[in-house]
Formats: sequence, C-alpha cells, structure tokens
Amino acid sequence: MKFRSKSAAMLAVAVSVALTAAACGGGGNDDDEGGEGGGAPANAAIEKILNPSDKKGGTLVYESADTPDSMDPGNTYYGYMWNFSRLYARSLMTYAPGAGAEAAEPVPDLAEGPGEASDGGRTWTYKIKKGVKYEDGTEITAGDVKYAVERSNYARDVLSLGPNYFAQYLKNPDDYQGPYKDKSEEGISSIQTPDDHTIVFNLAQPFQEFDYLVAMTQTAPVPRDKDNGSDYQKNIVSSGSYKFERFNLDKSATLVRNDQWDPKTDKIRKQLPDKIEVRFKVNPETIDKNIEAGKTHVMFDALGVTAQTQSQMLRDESNMLDNPTGGRLTYMAINTTVAPFDDVNCRKAVEFAVDKDSSMRALGGEPKGDVATTALPPDVPSHQSYEDPYATEGNKGDVEKAKAALKECGKPNGFDTVLTARTERQDEIDNATAIQAALKKVGINAQIQKFPGGKYFTDFAGSRKWGQDNNAGLYMMQWGADWPSGYGFLQQIANGGALGESGNTNISYLDDPEINKLLDESIADPDAAARAKAYAEVDKKMLETAAIVPLSYFKVLHQRSDEVTNLVVSQAFSGQYDYLNLGLK
Amino acid sequence: MFAYFIRRLLAAVMLLFVVSAITYAIFFVLPRLAGSTPDQLAAQYIGKSPDAKTIEAVKKNLGLDDPVYVQYWDFIRGIFAGREFNFGPDPSQCDAPCLGYSFRKHVEVWPEMLDRLPVTASLAIGAAVLWLISGVTTGVISALRPGSVFDRAAMGIALAGVSLPMFFTGTVALALFTFHWEIFPNEYTPLTENPVRWFQGLMLPWFSLAFLYSALYARLTRAGMLETMGEDYIRTARAKGLKEPVVITRHGLRSALTPIVTIFGMDFALLLGGAVITETVFSFDGVGSWAVQSINENDLPPILGVTLFAAFFIVMCNLVVDFVYAAIDPRVRVS
Repeated sequence: MKFRSKSAAMLAVAVSVALTAAACGGGGNDDDEGGEGGGAPANAAIEKILNPSDKKGGTLVYESADTPDSMDPGNTYYGYMWNFSRLYARSLMTYAPGAGAEAAEPVPDLAEGPGEASDGGRTWTYKIKKGVKYEDGTEITAGDVKYAVERSNYARDVLSLGPNYFAQYLKNPDDYQGPYKDKSEEGISSIQTPDDHTIVFNLAQPFQEFDYLVAMTQTAPVPRDKDNGSDYQKNIVSSGSYKFERFNLDKSATLVRNDQWDPKTDKIRKQLPDKIEVRFKVNPETIDKNIEAGKTHVMFDALGVTAQTQSQMLRDESNMLDNPTGGRLTYMAINTTVAPFDDVNCRKAVEFAVDKDSSMRALGGEPKGDVATTALPPDVPSHQSYEDPYATEGNKGDVEKAKAALKECGKPNGFDTVLTARTERQDEIDNATAIQAALKKVGINAQIQKFPGGKYFTDFAGSRKWGQDNNAGLYMMQWGADWPSGYGFLQQIANGGALGESGNTNISYLDDPEINKLLDESIADPDAAARAKAYAEVDKKMLETAAIVPLSYFKVLHQRSDEVTNLVVSQAFSGQYDYLNLGLK
Repeated sequence: MFAYFIRRLLAAVMLLFVVSAITYAIFFVLPRLAGSTPDQLAAQYIGKSPDAKTIEAVKKNLGLDDPVYVQYWDFIRGIFAGREFNFGPDPSQCDAPCLGYSFRKHVEVWPEMLDRLPVTASLAIGAAVLWLISGVTTGVISALRPGSVFDRAAMGIALAGVSLPMFFTGTVALALFTFHWEIFPNEYTPLTENPVRWFQGLMLPWFSLAFLYSALYARLTRAGMLETMGEDYIRTARAKGLKEPVVITRHGLRSALTPIVTIFGMDFALLLGGAVITETVFSFDGVGSWAVQSINENDLPPILGVTLFAAFFIVMCNLVVDFVYAAIDPRVRVS
C-alpha cells in the first residue's frame, strides 16, 4: 500500500510539473506579440509577400521531422526539396516567389527566356544565359544541362527517386542506356546542344507545357566529372546563390553564400542570409516550440504544425499562422471496372451517400481542408467551379437519392465492397471510417482494408488484378500535381491511355474516350486559355461519370515565424512557403 | 581452461552464423512466401514513379532478382571479402566487413553504423557505470540493514524505476530539465568536439537509463546478498575474526555478484546494439534510432546490419561474461 501511494504521489508531481512547463511555454506567446511583424493577421502570407526586405545577414534555420529522399536536385520527388534546391540549383525555368496564381507560372532561370516551340510543339529550344558559373568558377554549358537530364531520367538503376517525365515525353532512341553505361560524348540523340548556350529537346508528341517540365530541378546543370551517382547529394556543385558547406546524411546541412553566383544573371534570387542551416529528424513538437521561441524559422518539410500546437493556436486565436490550400485533393476513387461499380448508377449512389461533412470532421475540420466538389483544387490553375451534380444539404449526403440510384443500378438492397486506405495515414483511415458509416445507411457494406503506402499503387489499389480479385471498388486517395497546371494534375488520375496492370495512379481505372481525347488534344494546343477550358471540361466529366468522390481540398497549417522576411505561400509548391528569398529581420 | 575458451568461441561464431541466416530469411524469404515478387520489392525503393523500366533496372541493381541463397551468399561473402556495388557512374568497392548497401539512402551500412556507434556507446557505457555503482551499492546497503528506513525507501524508488518505462521517465526528465529549467541541453555533441557539451548532453539519458536499470540491479543485489550473508561460510569467515568489510566484499558480494554479471552482460550488449527507445525519446541519432528509421522506410540492409551488430555484441558480451564467470567462480572452469 505504501508503495502504491508513493508512486502515485510521484506521478502526480511529475504530471503537474509537466503541465506547468507546458503552460509556461504557451505563455511565452504573449510576450512576442508586441514585436514588429507580430501584427500581421493570420493568413497574411497567402495574399502577399510578407515583410518584404533586402536586409542581408543572419543564419536562417530550418528544422524537419523527416529526411528528404535525396538532396540531389535530379533525384528527388519531394515537393519541399524542389522548393529548397532552387537555392543551389538553377534549372532552365523555375518559379519566382509571389502570391496567388502568378507564382505558378514558370519564369526563365538558367534560360534567357521561355522555350521556343517548333514542329507543332515537338521541338523546344532554350538559350542558356552566358556567364553563369558553378561554385568553382567554371561556366555552365548546355552540355551540363543535357547531362543532368540524362542522368536523372535514363540512369534509373541508380537514380530512381525523382520523376522521369523527360524519359516519357522525349523521343527515345531504343538503345540509349543512360550516361553511366553509355559514356560516349554524344549522349542521347533527342537532346541536342548545337553550341554551348543552346539546348534543343525533341519530343515524341506535341507537348505544350514543356516549360513546366524544364522548371523541374532535373534540368539544373551537373558537371559530368563531379557526378558520383547516388552519392552526388554529398558533393553537389552549386549553380545557385548558396552552396553546401557541410552535409551530414540524415542529420544536417549547412549552406553558405556562393561567391561565384552573379546577381546580374539572376533576376529572382536575393541571397539574404549569411548561412542557411537545415536540421533533420527533429521531434515535430520541438520544431513547433522552436519556431515559437524564434530559435527556428521554418518547418522544412512543410507538413504543418502538430495537432497539439494546432488546437493551442486556434484556442489562443493566434495570428502567427498561415492556413493555405496545398494544391491537393483528398478523394475516394471508385473503380469503374469492378462490379457493381461498372454501372454508373451504383457509383452515383456512393456519390449521394457519402457524408462529406462528417468526413471533414474526421479530418479535423476547417484547418485541414475545405469540402471539395470538383477534381481540380481551387489553387490549381484552370480550376473552375460548377454546379455540383451530387450536391446534398449541408454536404451531409442524401439517403433517398442514394437509394434511388441504387434501385436504378439493380441493387436496391445495397451490396458488399472493399474500401482501402493507407496504414500510415491516420487521416485517411479516419476518413474511410466516416465514409463506411455513411455508406452503411444506404445498405452498402464497405469493409475497410489497410495497406502500406509504399505498396499501395504497386500491389493494391494501383493493381488492376488485385481490385478484381478482391472485390475492391473504393480507394482512399490524395493527389497533388507535379506541375501547377490542369494537365499536370489530371493526366495521371484520369487518363485511360496510360493505364497499366499495376503502378496505376488512375485508380478509378477511368478510361473514358472523351476524357482521353480532351487530354491528348489539349496538350498539343498552343493556346493556354483553350487548354485551361479543356481541363475544366475533364474535371466536370470525371464527376459526371462518378469516377471520384471529391472529399476535401487539402489545407496545411503553418506556424509563421516573426523573424523571417519575404515570406509568402507559393502555389507552385503545394502551399509551402517559398524558400528562395527568405531572409531575417 | 583453454579448451573452455575455444569451446565458447566456436559456439559464439556458430550462433552468429545462425542469427545471420535467420535474420536474412525473415527479411528476404518471408516477404516472398507472403507473395511479394521481386518487382514489388524493388518498387518500394523507387520514388513516386515506379514504371516497369525503372523497376527492372532497380531490381537488377539491388540483386533482388537473384535466388535468395545467391543473395545470402553475396551478403556473407561481402562480410569477409567485400563486394562491389553500382550506385554511380563507376562501380564502387564496399570493403570487408561489407554489411551491404542501403536500398533507400544508397550508402554503405558499415560506415554508417560506425558513424552512429559513438552515440550509442557513450549512452550505454555512461549509463552502465552509473547503474552498476548505484544499483549494487544500494543493494548491498539495503541487504545489510533489511527493513531499515534506507532499505524501504531504496526499494520503493527501485520499484518505481522498474515500473516506469523509458518513454515516461525520459519525457518527464526532458520536460523538467531541458524545457522548463533549461539545465541540460537535449543534443548529442561528439566527445572529440566538446567534452563538456558531450557530458552535459548525456546527463539526462544516462540518469534516465540508470534509473531504469539500477532499480533492477539494486533488487537483485539485495536478494543475492541477503541469501549469501546467511550462508554458513560467512559465519565461518566472521568466526575466523575477519573484519566485517572483508567479509562483505570478499565473501558475500563475490558470490552474490555472479548472477549480476550475467545479467549485466546481456543488458549492456543489448544497449550497445541500439538503445532504441532512449535514442528515440532524446532524438539521438544512434544505432537504435537508425534501426527504427530503417524499419519505417522498409530499408532492409540497415535493419539486417543492426540486427547482426546487436547479435554480435550480445554474443561477445556473453563470451566475456563466461570468462569473467570463470574468474569469479572456479567451479565453472571444470564443467
């Protein structure tokens, strides 16, 4: 008995002290609010560049709970790395810091201007600026850009982490083995470099959004003699305004000014802090606390604050936050090839039955997203709002309409199906549980199955056969574009022409001739306005065919630091802060 | 005595071999039995675009399309003779002992592990010294005065120590000493860089770990001492006129220590192989947290590496314990 009371007392002391500590941490907020810039309202960095400044100096600190797949601009698929690597890698085109849709337009970086299209959009020519140098003082040539594209897209046995759009769209000679196996000077024949400052890409099909592709960091030059494959991330040769002083895998990175960077060749970079530090694998709660205390300035992986910080910030009505949409759609795909969902009316029944309101609440409400009614999120260019064909009162679902649709598809008493979600995504599982309950009301019994994210597309939701064999018709999904355009968003989730046996991201298995045609024809159309119209059309058709149930437009809650200048949320980088020109007060 | 050593040594080597085979089987054979194809295995290590061509290339490069016994043979051969990998423009040599190449990070496992070992070793050695001294001393004093205030208090605290898990003690310690009073920093600084910071940064994890373990040791020592101090030979020793401190240390403690040494060998080796929870709580980038990270990333070679590494320490420590045993207790040598 004595023991019990003793340990209980210890516990009580420990807990109360811990609580006091937490309360004190929260109290610190009050002291800060008198400071300059603390006055900017919530969401200020969404509408404009906040605290614009040219003041140099200081050490800008990023912290991350995660570690990136790679720091190598040619070997990464992480949005925050595409954002950050612009500091040390200049691609042909890029995105400049700015608010709103304007920031999602590619602007020339290493290139003198946007690409010149010829041959109906099959050939793209870029002039490279003269006098741009690597950190070691050697001049960057067209050959270096060509080499960078070759290594990132054609040496996939070694560099497999990034996208490979160039390999998909370039005219591919069958025998090209990539620069590591084919060490000849000529390299791939579909990229030509007539002189040191001109590069020509030859594509297999007309592709009018090529400027977006060359805005990927994979066109950032890499000197062939310094390339050591997957280890290149440890000795990256900078072409940007900062260069690596130190990089410890999984631990930290330190960047300092690149003295060979010439502002005359660069209209968009500012080079403000003396030093930029990134610390990896820091506890997320610690990051939130450090940002609040001013020890850290930005959460590197831009995942947003922890649930605990979120509720605290909302309770305190803190203004030190930005809560933008992140160019992503959370939705449920309906496999149009698995019975009974091969009948559009059965799909419509699901559309009507789903209670988006309860799904939203399962996600954590407004800070996590807005109820979605379209495929394209509002912050992706060419988004247009139109009348939701499945609108229900308060977005709570409509049992009557759902039952009517069920009757029409010949399943008046409902049916059984499988609903999948990714094991490590608690949001997705919560969402699936809410949907399961809503479907139950109309007689559709969805059994939830969870699978690891790493195999979701290769073995489960993305495998045609798995869906058929397991009667799995509903898949939880979240999608963001690889480049900020309607095509960049829709192509991979709606194009039937690209469907394979496994590894599909079009997990509605949607193969609608009209949609395919719209996508294929629009990408060959040089008229951007006409393209945007076509994408809005595809969006509408995806809903008409009831291939997806849009649930929410993903939002992320950033904690804003008081100390940082030139802070703006970028539509080009999924609602992250633009990392290019951040400075310190 | 010599034969005893050799016998133990051979058994240790055999054991390591068996552990390696079982671990390999768990990570490379079980997934196949569960229906994973080499393609699916390879697809995990590709970014978001696992197209057929990339899968083929990666599968070949990681050797996943070879039969498992070939892969295992390559692995074992690598440990003794080194092997070649192809993660750049030119093949690179992974020197013996080559524990393989991370599928995820594309770095050699062995140097990465060595890189993290100082963190884990600092943690384990410091904590071990603390808990041995405090645990055994407390145990002895308690045993000499059973039922006293000291004994009751010490055993009460010990009970708390055994019952409170690391993620509680560690977190509370952090909340108090790092975030509230800001006495100790929560970071690991290498000893060579700044010994003072190294020491400060390790104080909390040391004490938290020692709290956990010394409790157990105190209770074990107390029980052992109580038993031995009641033995006939202790009475004989006293009757011979030996001084009490000599009776306690030479006669009492010596025989009470044998089980402690055994347990200590195991505990210490386990910690060296990665203090998983402690490292995670204190965000130390040691062998243990690396294993956790690798498990999250499905990165098989580092998991395999850490497992073997831990097994190696356990086997080695047991070997040492056996020898120490032989020194403490002459009866062992004969058996």
